[in-house]
Amino acid sequence: MTDITASSFVREDLVAERPAPVKTAGFLGFVRTRLLNSPTNILLTILGLLLIWYTVIPTIKFLLVDAVWSGKDRTACLAENAGHPVGACWPFIQAKFPQLFYGFYPEAERWRVNLTFALGAVLLLPLLIPRLPAKGSNAGLFFFAFPAVAFFLLHGGGITGFGVSWVAGLLQLFADSISGVGEVLVGLSKASAAGPLLWAIGGAIALVGTLLHWVIFPLIWLRDQMQAAGQGLWLDFLITAVIVSVILFMLGGGARAGSRPLIASLATFAGIAAVIKLMGLDHGGMPIVDTRLWGGLLVTLVIAITGIVASLPIGIALALGRRSTIPLIRIFSITYIEFWRGVPLITVLFFATYMLPLFLPGNFTVDGLVRALIGVSLFTGAYQAENLRGGLAAVPRGQEEAASALGLSWWKTTSLIVLPQALRHVIPAIVNSFISLFKDTSLVSIVALFDLLGSLRASFADPVWTTPSTAFTGFAFIGIIYFIFCFGMSRYSLFVEHRLNAHRRN
Amino acid sequence: MSADPIVNISGLNKWYGEFHVLRDIDLEVTKGERIVICGPSGSGKSTLIRCINALEEFQEGEIVVDGIELGPNLKHVDAVRREVGMVFQSFNLFPHLTVLDNCTLAPIWVRNIPKKDAEETAMKFLERVKIPHQANKFPGQMSGGQQQRVAIARALTMNPKVMLFDEPTSALDPEMVKEVLDTMVDLAEEGMTMLVVTHEMGFAKEVANRVVFMDAGQIIEANTPSEFFATPQHARTKLFLSQILR
Ligand SMILES: Nc1ncnc2c1ncn2[C@@H]1O[C@H](COP(=O)(O)OP(=O)(O)OP(=O)(O)O)[C@@H](O)[C@H]1O
Ligand SMILES: [Mg+2]
Repeated sequence: MTDITASSFVREDLVAERPAPVKTAGFLGFVRTRLLNSPTNILLTILGLLLIWYTVIPTIKFLLVDAVWSGKDRTACLAENAGHPVGACWPFIQAKFPQLFYGFYPEAERWRVNLTFALGAVLLLPLLIPRLPAKGSNAGLFFFAFPAVAFFLLHGGGITGFGVSWVAGLLQLFADSISGVGEVLVGLSKASAAGPLLWAIGGAIALVGTLLHWVIFPLIWLRDQMQAAGQGLWLDFLITAVIVSVILFMLGGGARAGSRPLIASLATFAGIAAVIKLMGLDHGGMPIVDTRLWGGLLVTLVIAITGIVASLPIGIALALGRRSTIPLIRIFSITYIEFWRGVPLITVLFFATYMLPLFLPGNFTVDGLVRALIGVSLFTGAYQAENLRGGLAAVPRGQEEAASALGLSWWKTTSLIVLPQALRHVIPAIVNSFISLFKDTSLVSIVALFDLLGSLRASFADPVWTTPSTAFTGFAFIGIIYFIFCFGMSRYSLFVEHRLNAHRRN
Repeated sequence: MSADPIVNISGLNKWYGEFHVLRDIDLEVTKGERIVICGPSGSGKSTLIRCINALEEFQEGEIVVDGIELGPNLKHVDAVRREVGMVFQSFNLFPHLTVLDNCTLAPIWVRNIPKKDAEETAMKFLERVKIPHQANKFPGQMSGGQQQRVAIARALTMNPKVMLFDEPTSALDPEMVKEVLDTMVDLAEEGMTMLVVTHEMGFAKEVANRVVFMDAGQIIEANTPSEFFATPQHARTKLFLSQILR
C-alpha cells in the first residue's frame, strides 16, 4: 500500500487467556532458564555438578558417614575394628576438647574461663543488635570494664594501689628513664671525641630527669604514705575518684551543665569499687594462672579480640596522623605504617618474644602473651590505618568545611562528621583485616604460645590417639571453628554495611 | 542606613602561593544589609566570603565581625564562626545524618543545648523553610532544592548574625531555584544581614541593598542595584553585565 490511511482501530474479538509458552517459574523454570538455556550454560552446569560431586560428597562421607562417633582410644578409630574405612575420628576431639579449649589451664579454675566468655558474650551480643538501647554504656562496659575484669578473672591476682599509685609509678618510670639516658650520655662522653658536647647534653638531660623527680616527689610521697598505712588501696581509690570526678565536672562545664557528668563519674567509681570488692582484688584476688598455662581457643580469642579492639583506634589515630598538617606527626605516622607493613607478622612476633627482652632494662619483664598481644595490635593497626586512609579520602572536603562553618572544633568535626562517613566506606576492608587477623593468630604457635592450632598439634603427639585419620579430624575440626568465627564476622559486616548505608539512595 | 557595621573588612590581601587572589579589599557591611557579590568566574568571590568565616586564611588586612577581630593569624576563629552562618553551592549536608540531626548537631555540640530543645528549635526553622514533614529523611532522599533549604535551616539553628551564601542556586535545576530564592527573600525580609554570591540578577534587584562587582581579586564597583544595573560606571562592569544580561 502506498497511500497513507488514517489509523483508526476498534477491536472486534477479545483475546482469550493462554498459558505462558515455556514454564519460567518454579524449580523447573529455574533449571530451564538459568542452567540449561544455552550450550555454554549446559557445559557449566555439568562442570558444577561434577565439582560438587568430587568435593561435597567426599567431605560429607568423611565427616559424617564414615566417621567414628565413640570410643576410648585409638583402637576405635582403626579400620579393622570399625569394620569400614574410617573417616573422622570424633572421640579424639572429645578426648582432647579441654586441651583445645583451655590449653593447660588448671581444671579447677576453668570456670573462670567459662565465666569470662559468658560475660563477654552477654556484653557483646546486645552491642551487636542495633535495636537494643543504651549503646553508650554498653560499649563502655564492653571496651573498658570487660577487659579489666577479664584480666583479673583469667589471670588472677589483686591490686595494691589505684590511680594515684599508677600515675606515680608511670611518672617515676618516665623520670628514671630520662635520668638514665642522661647518665648514659655522660658515661659515653669519656670515651668520645665529642666528649664535652656529649657531657653537656647528658648533664642537661640528667638534670631534667632530676627536676622531674622533684616535681613528682609529692605524688610519690603520697603513694608511699598510703602503702605504709596498710589499706592503701581504698584510700588511693577514694582520692582518685574525687580527683577524676572533679576534673570531669570542670571539663563538663561545671555547674552550668548540670550534675549529670558528676553522677555518671561517681556511679562508675561505685561500680569499680563493687567489682573490686566482689572479686576480692583488695585481698590478692584469685589464684594466679600464669599465661604459659593458657592455650587453645582461649588464647586464640584473647589475641584476636584484643587485636581487633586495639587495632582500630591505633589505625584511626595513624590514619588521621597521616593527614595531619603537623609535619612531625605526619612523618611519624607514615614511618610507622610503612615499617609495620613492610615486615611479616612472624618477624614481629619473633622480635617481640626473643629480642625485646634483651633491649628492656633487666628488672623489666613483659609477659609472653602480652608481648604477642602488643605485636599483633601494632601490626594490625598499621593495616587498619591504610584501610581507613581510603575512607577518609572519600569524604568530600565540603563536609569538613560545613562542619567548621557551623563552629565545630577539629575534634568534633573529625569524630562526628568525617570518621563516621569514612568508616562506613571501609567496613568491608576493615572486617577483611579482622578476619585475616583472626586467622593469623595461629602464627603465635611459633613463639611458644599454644593457640587453637598449637594445642591441636600438641595433642597429635599423644600416642593413645595416633591413627591414620587423627590429623585430618583435628584439622577439619579447628577448620570448622575458624570458619564459624570468620563467616560470622563476614555476615555481620554485611548486615552492618546494609544498615549504615540505608541513607544512600541507590 | 544605620552606621552600625557588623562586618568590616579592611586592607584584605590574600595569596595562593604566588597568585594574588584578593587585592586590597575594603568592605563594610551594616547590620541588616543585603549585599550581592557578582563577577566573572575566578574573580575571588568565594575566596572573599570564605575569609569572613575563616574557612580561608589570609596574609594581610583585618576582618572584624560583630566586634570580634579576625587577623591574619585567625585568632577568635571559633567566636566568629558562631556568629556567621554559611550556605554552600553543593549543600554539604551530612549524608549520614537525618535532616533533623543535621540541624541539631551544631546546637548540641557547639552550644551545649539539650537535645530536646535543639530539636524544637530545629523543627521551627524547618517549618520556616517549609520542609517540617521531611525531618526524618536522609539528605540523599531529597531533591536539590529541598537539600539547599535544609542547609539554610541548619545554618539558622545557630542563630547567626550574618549569613553567607556562596552561589546557593548554581547547582540546582531551574525549577528548584525559585524555592530556594524565595526562602532567601523571606530571610531578607526578616532583617538578616546577608552576603550573597550569586548570578541571579533578579534576586539582586529585588533584595539587595548593594551590589558588589569583583574582578581579578578586586572590588571594581559597588552600588545600589538600581544604579548598578542602570548606569554601570566601569568598563569591566559594563562588559560583565552585557554578557550576563545578554
Ligand atoms: N586552593 C587554591 N589554590 C590555588 N588557587 C586557588 C585555590 N582556590 C582557588 N584558587 C584560585 O583563586 C581564584 C579565585 O577563586 P574563587 O573560587 O574565589 O573564584 P570565584 O569568584 O568564586 O569563581 P566561581 O564563580 O567560578 O566560583 C581562582 O583563579 C582560582 O583558580
Ligand atoms: Mg565560587
